[in-house]
Amino acid sequence: MPQQTERVTLAVKKRFSLGRHALTMVVMAWFAMLILFPLWGIVRETFRYSWTAILDTLQSPSSLHAFWMTLILTVCSVVVNTVLGTISALVLSRQRFFGKVLLESCIDLPFAISPVVAGFMLILLFGPRSWLGSVLESVNLKVVYAFPGMLLATLFVTMPFVIKEILPVLRAFGVEQEESAAVLGANKWQTFRRVTLPSIRWGLGYGITLTIARSIGEFGAVLVVSGSIMQRTQTATLRVHDQFTDLNYAGAFSAALALALVSFGILNFIQYTNRRKGE
Amino acid sequence: MFVGLLVFLPIGAITLEALRSGLASIWDQIRNPQALAALGLSLRMAMIMVLINVVTGTATAWVMVRNPVPLRGLLNALVDIPFAIPTVVTGMMLVVLYGPRSVLGALFADRGISVVFDRPGIVLALLFVTFPFVVRAVQPVLEEMEVDMEEAARTLGAGRVKTFLLVVLPTLMPAILSGAALSFSRALGEFGSIIIVAGNIPMRTQVASVYIFGEIESGNTGGALGLSIVLLIISFLVLFSLNLLQKRSRRYAATD
Repeated sequence: MPQQTERVTLAVKKRFSLGRHALTMVVMAWFAMLILFPLWGIVRETFRYSWTAILDTLQSPSSLHAFWMTLILTVCSVVVNTVLGTISALVLSRQRFFGKVLLESCIDLPFAISPVVAGFMLILLFGPRSWLGSVLESVNLKVVYAFPGMLLATLFVTMPFVIKEILPVLRAFGVEQEESAAVLGANKWQTFRRVTLPSIRWGLGYGITLTIARSIGEFGAVLVVSGSIMQRTQTATLRVHDQFTDLNYAGAFSAALALALVSFGILNFIQYTNRRKGE
Repeated sequence: MFVGLLVFLPIGAITLEALRSGLASIWDQIRNPQALAALGLSLRMAMIMVLINVVTGTATAWVMVRNPVPLRGLLNALVDIPFAIPTVVTGMMLVVLYGPRSVLGALFADRGISVVFDRPGIVLALLFVTFPFVVRAVQPVLEEMEVDMEEAARTLGAGRVKTFLLVVLPTLMPAILSGAALSFSRALGEFGSIIIVAGNIPMRTQVASVYIFGEIESGNTGGALGLSIVLLIISFLVLFSLNLLQKRSRRYAATD
């Protein structure tokens, strides 16, 4: 009898294999067409221009300023998200308070809301016509069409990443170890640094890499809020768009390729942190 | 608190603005033919994308988990590319590939199909940016799933298709649905790639987010408000049903 079952499974496997290979081929072809072809397209398009042209546009003051803006925005949003995101996740997982369930279900909202709508909401909130905007204006703080607004827009769209990654880890981790640490005389900061942080390390890392990727790539929300003023509020993605609509293809494609290369680097980090997180 | 301030304040601001301008005027703004056309286009394009992505995404996850694929690790890494690449860059890649100056674009143009600056381009852009959602939702479920049930079904004489439909698909359904919901809400809001690929032709390639952007740029807050509210309500609904779905599948898992 065992022999027979073996034969049946073998037959099943053999019959499976033709269809299986066909399916694999179809999936690979689809993947290549949808994802790989476009990637190859942009590389080829960029290198139709000479190296000097590419380097020239990348080194123009406006481009450098745009990349610089993106860098600062990304660093700021990473710092804020790491600190406040971790605190939020700690509060959400460790404390009970009124409206917690509502708050938790709202964490995902920024992913569901269109970036353009997000930017629009910020304009309504802080714009020159709004109450808050006029109050801030009177203390000479400009939010909309300036850096604070761009940072707020970036924070809005990236807020869920860190919280969503470490919240389940904190829940699964429980409080026993933290309590033992506290009983053994560790203060709050020591407990956090020695006990909590090591357990959420890779989840946090994964959340941060996703935050970086999104901060660099964000376009809609930042465009609406910043007004894309050259050398002032223009980020790298806004610069790419600006050059593209101005038919300055050499500039647009070299900046786009530069961004794509950065994304590849980030992709590696995403993979790495995700794998470590699973361990 | 951080979350509260960042999310609730802006939503409060838009609700306040909506109340101030009055429901009647918002309703008028939504009924404006151009706004309606943009909203309809967004919904239709997102639906088409979801239908394609559900099939291809599930197939991709299946192949990556079950079949011997060359360079599986690389493929697995590349699935996340759409999350890493700025949407503006995505749009430009599609223009390069299918635009009028490219070989493929010329080929399509000969047959009277225009991809870029037209609707097929929108669907392609949406497919690209939402590609990982279904794959990443289905993949872990498939990995956890045992093959016993399938083998049992097969030895009991069920065909390959029947086994998939009756044994595998019901298990995957919650994951597929949540991937579909995520990609749908992302597609409705997508802006960067679409404005580059499809441009901003009213009544033809202008989707909801692009319409809203246009209204903001021209200083017409009322017009932007109408569709923004509609999009917000849809986002809430999608999120709500997603939560419900997750709660339900968790309950099933608990009773198992």
